[in-house]
Amino acid sequence: MPKIQRISGRGVPIPGHDIDTDRIIPARFLKTITFEGLGEGLFYDERFDAEGNPKPHPLNDPRFRGARIMVVGPGFGSGSSREHAPQAIKRAGFDAIIGVSFAEIFFGNATQIGLVCVRAESDQVARLMEAIERTPETLIEIDLAQMTVGYAGEGFPIQLPPAVREAFLRGKYDPLEVLLEAEAAIEAMDKARPKPGGQNVY
Amino acid sequence: MGKTLYEKVWEAHTVRELPDGRTQLFIDLHLIHEVTSPQAFAMLKERGLKVRFPDRTFATVDHIVPTEDQREPFGDPLAQTMLSALRENVREHGITFFDLGSGRQGIVHVVGPEQGLTQPGFTIACGDSHTSTHGAFGAIAFGIGTTQVRDVLATQTVAVNKLKVRRINVHGRLQPGVYAKDVILHIIRRLGVKGGLGYAYEYGGEVIERMDMESRMTIANMSIEGGARVGYMNPDETTFEYLKGRPFAPRGEDWARAVTTWRSLASDPDASYDDVVDIQGEEIPPTVTWGVHPGQSAPIDGAVPDPIEFPEPERAAIEDALRYMKLKPGQPIKGVKVDVAFIGSCTNARLSDLREVAKYLKGHKVAPGVRALVVPGSQQVAKAAEEEGIAEVFIEAGFEWRSAGCSMCLAMNPDRLEGDELAISSSNRNYKGRQGSPQGRTVLASPIMVAAAAVAGEIADAREVFGIGGQHA
Ligand code: SF4
Repeated sequence: MPKIQRISGRGVPIPGHDIDTDRIIPARFLKTITFEGLGEGLFYDERFDAEGNPKPHPLNDPRFRGARIMVVGPGFGSGSSREHAPQAIKRAGFDAIIGVSFAEIFFGNATQIGLVCVRAESDQVARLMEAIERTPETLIEIDLAQMTVGYAGEGFPIQLPPAVREAFLRGKYDPLEVLLEAEAAIEAMDKARPKPGGQNVY
Repeated sequence: MGKTLYEKVWEAHTVRELPDGRTQLFIDLHLIHEVTSPQAFAMLKERGLKVRFPDRTFATVDHIVPTEDQREPFGDPLAQTMLSALRENVREHGITFFDLGSGRQGIVHVVGPEQGLTQPGFTIACGDSHTSTHGAFGAIAFGIGTTQVRDVLATQTVAVNKLKVRRINVHGRLQPGVYAKDVILHIIRRLGVKGGLGYAYEYGGEVIERMDMESRMTIANMSIEGGARVGYMNPDETTFEYLKGRPFAPRGEDWARAVTTWRSLASDPDASYDDVVDIQGEEIPPTVTWGVHPGQSAPIDGAVPDPIEFPEPERAAIEDALRYMKLKPGQPIKGVKVDVAFIGSCTNARLSDLREVAKYLKGHKVAPGVRALVVPGSQQVAKAAEEEGIAEVFIEAGFEWRSAGCSMCLAMNPDRLEGDELAISSSNRNYKGRQGSPQGRTVLASPIMVAAAAVAGEIADAREVFGIGGQHA
């Protein structure tokens, strides 16, 4: 896993409250056995009409093409536990999301795959949205060491649970290796715990 | 100071504290389905890992199964691919699979309890947010993402943060015609869709204590819609009675010992909670949603809100919801025309749900122009309902009687809304586009209210349509 300390790139504003996972990636795009290609389904029903013609949406706006940072409102990622949602965002080329707040499961899913979700005050986020709306070329820089976002000579502090920040900085956001280390304790617990339809240790 | 069930179960499953502050938690039971597992198996393979304890993992197929014509290959090749991939994965790793031909297939959160896999004191994980359902048995059950599905397959553990616990007491009694679905919609309306963030919900009080297991599951199921990843009830005689004799429940001498252990897991009377909420059962009305998230609801004899009366940003959210739902500010909820009536999903498609509706539906007909369908939660539910004559009541009334699956709850199979059709649905999510059409509209309600609307052709009060009286809970 690569270490993540600094993410810089252009941004795209996706305004709105409580954007849920069904909107981020409609259920029919979950009919797949890999995560590949999911990026194309990102916000599909908001981006295209029933005939597949593009609708006005920031992600269809050529001015924001190539953006690597999504800027969102409060409650982003509510709803289902589908990891397809952060996967779609990542596979559409995004490395980070700056928002006001994130749904818990979405946040956890995103973190494990190295999609950085940082929180900031809502007025700061709104100002950032306005700035990139006005000047899409604005370069945004997220610095996890300093815990700041900088853009066009402005900046604001960001929040991230300390452990999550640590994990990004040390390149340890995928916990599998750490989990595997506890093999002996896992083995013991399996023996000590009842199993459905089998071992009963009550 | 006593402990809550949540704390007891948490402690019993803690493998260790991780360097990042999270807990490595052992998972007793891992449930998988075709949508969120294939990528996890692929990741496992990539790392050269095996499923660590295949006897703790159970699989079913639910989201993509057609409910009308189940002959294979399915009409939808993508759906067929997903089923085939699951078959391949469970075969390779030696996992028990309730396949279509097993007689035990169904929605994962219906099948787990029905088979006795779900037991008090268990930790249960599944790549599905409605895993909270299993909490009805006094289990700590939560949804995980696909990468975590991989973690559980590989290590039978997952890295998680401990939650705070909020006790929600539902005191007194429910009014006639008010059901578990109304209770949870009411709780979500009161505490908000984000009210449960960071909390496990422990449900208690006389109303909950008097409820059967299936009603408790309806409530635990929608904890996630209230923002709580975990929701549970303390195990009691009702729980044990339900589990006794189920295929995967403890048997013989083990049974008595298991029950003793389970009893000891219930929250202590002097346990302390991070928060306590009290609700009076008598004050809970039959509740339906009018908006685009489960917190946007109102009593059946109430009205759609008028955005004018709300400050920003609530006003904008309400305006947006009403525009999408094509409802007028302040209009009564009753009388809104419905196109589709759907009884199904892991919230409300168990035998008791269907039985209760059939009791009242007998002798009524679905209104002309309404497409009404019942999708039982599992093959076992379907079979029991057919044997009891419940299926017949539905069919005679004009409902389509389908095979088990998630169906129109999220429309990953052929069952879906067309255009801007409005569905009254016993499912759990009314997000924009949830039921398969990007303009489709969803009104969440209890199964009896769905049936009432099907009969009336519009949103209606089941108490009036079916003449429901007397106290039932
Ligand atoms: S019935 Fe609906 S909510 Fe339940 S598991 Fe299936 S899709 Fe998810």
